[in-house]
Amino acid sequence: MKVLYYPGCSLKTVAESFERSAKLAMAALGVELVELERWNCCGTVSALTTDDLMHQLAPIRNLIRVQEAGEERLVTLCAMCYNTLKRADLWVAQHPEELAKINAFLDEEPDYRGKVRVLHLLELLRDELGFATVKERVVRPLTGLRVIPYYGCLLLRPREVGLDSAENPRILEDLIVALGAEPVDTPYKTQCCGSYHTTTHKEIVAKRAHAILSSAREHGGEVLISSCPLCSFNLDNRQRLVRELYDGFAPVPVLYFTELLGLALGLDPQAWISEQHYVDPRPLLEEHQLLKR
Amino acid sequence: METVRIYIMGKEYSVPAGLTVMKAMEYAGYKFIRGAGCRAGFCGACGTVYRKEDEYKLRFAVACQKLVEDGMYLVQLPFAPAPRASYDLEKIRPSDNVLLKFYPEIARCVACNTCTKSCPQEIQVMDYIQAALRGDIRRVAELSFDCIQCGLCSMRCPADIKHYHVAQLARRLYGKYLAPKAEHLAQRVAEIEQGKFNAELDRLTRMERKELTKLYEARQIEEGVGV
Ligand code: SF4
Ligand code: SF4
Ligand code: SF4
Ligand code: SF4
Ligand code: FES
Repeated sequence: MKVLYYPGCSLKTVAESFERSAKLAMAALGVELVELERWNCCGTVSALTTDDLMHQLAPIRNLIRVQEAGEERLVTLCAMCYNTLKRADLWVAQHPEELAKINAFLDEEPDYRGKVRVLHLLELLRDELGFATVKERVVRPLTGLRVIPYYGCLLLRPREVGLDSAENPRILEDLIVALGAEPVDTPYKTQCCGSYHTTTHKEIVAKRAHAILSSAREHGGEVLISSCPLCSFNLDNRQRLVRELYDGFAPVPVLYFTELLGLALGLDPQAWISEQHYVDPRPLLEEHQLLKR
Repeated sequence: METVRIYIMGKEYSVPAGLTVMKAMEYAGYKFIRGAGCRAGFCGACGTVYRKEDEYKLRFAVACQKLVEDGMYLVQLPFAPAPRASYDLEKIRPSDNVLLKFYPEIARCVACNTCTKSCPQEIQVMDYIQAALRGDIRRVAELSFDCIQCGLCSMRCPADIKHYHVAQLARRLYGKYLAPKAEHLAQRVAEIEQGKFNAELDRLTRMERKELTKLYEARQIEEGVGV
């Protein structure tokens, strides 16, 4: 199966391991992720404001590219891209007059007809391939690995956009179980990581990261998985500051869910693991004998 | 003689059809002290903005290439106030964020595509800014290859991006660090430095003009290469 996907800026820069692992893992599952041609930034920062047509141009233009490719669905990896693109799509569906204005402004493009479905890769795994199939394809069950699923905000909220229950999601848990690992439940899994405060108020993010990660440790978690480059940055790279501010903090490695998937499918993590991780996940993977094929 | 009506900064003139905007302005009595260079569509000095009487859209061209049309309202934009960042190419590297570092305003792009619509070279300007944003220096260099630095894009961008300077930095970085090195060039430079062609050059500099002309006319010409 070939699926058109939208990478987003972060995956091309600070989150390379996310994209590489996703592509390899999905290839191992028989799914070829084909990158959308001529995509632009999903427009996340500006698209968060309302009643601001100019800032809907970026997401809508990407959806027009999907139309041009003759496809009706687009898969994203980054939770924020998912949220931004899907929200813009829902917004124009509910605001036909605004869509007409946007289409009139984008006179160099064909009109957006509102027929594109934006999916997150997790939805593709759950609803199209099915976790049962994923489980069958696991060649190296991650037995004994205690994994903290971290949702953050953007996979689940607002409700119309969310891919699972906003209160009690289980899609990541179900994936973790399918991969043979053990999900660790914590009360912080759907709480915010501090998001863009990371650029101006690093301490707020460090506080959030400390709360989320310490709770995860207390519940016996060894590694946290995320689906968002910003969450990952905040929970992983900000641990440097957390260590400075909070005595006795024990670091927790942070992986993209696709990295876990790749490991369970028996792929060699050297193909994607990058120096972009602040807390090196390799010792833990070594301990569980997951580094060698 | 067939004539067309054009408006130069609001004043009506009747000029011969078939002239370029630049020639038509000279015909009307304007003298170009600045705002003209190569007169061949390469230097980007002669940016022109115009609107047709019956159209709501602004259009963009280079004056030395665009032919006059009836009912054109014209103005020249010979210069774009878009300062170039200062950098030392020897000291910077083609990293993911180097373009963003020198031109942080590229992060303000809202993907409106206005820049692309104002480019007389028909470059995918927005696409190269988007490539710059994600650190793809090679793609910026490729997409912007035909940029003549007229600056029209930068006069239109709602995000105040200095597109052509961003692109120039990308092409410089690409040329210096990323493009495959031409081995034959390095070889030839070494040969020149070793003095392999000194004798030949000396012979040419001492040659009579007539003899030189004869030699030039008899030179080997590659097929299909025009002058
Ligand atoms: S959400 Fe982030 S990674 Fe995704 S396109 Fe937007 S800025 Fe880039
Ligand atoms: S990219 Fe901008 S500066 Fe370059 S030719 Fe096009 S409009 Fe002119
Ligand atoms: S005009 Fe400016 S904001 Fe609009 S697409 Fe071009 S670079 Fe982006
Ligand atoms: S589109 Fe034109 S009129 Fe409207 S806000 Fe922008 S610059 Fe002003
Ligand atoms: S004068 Fe050089 S491009 Fe027109």
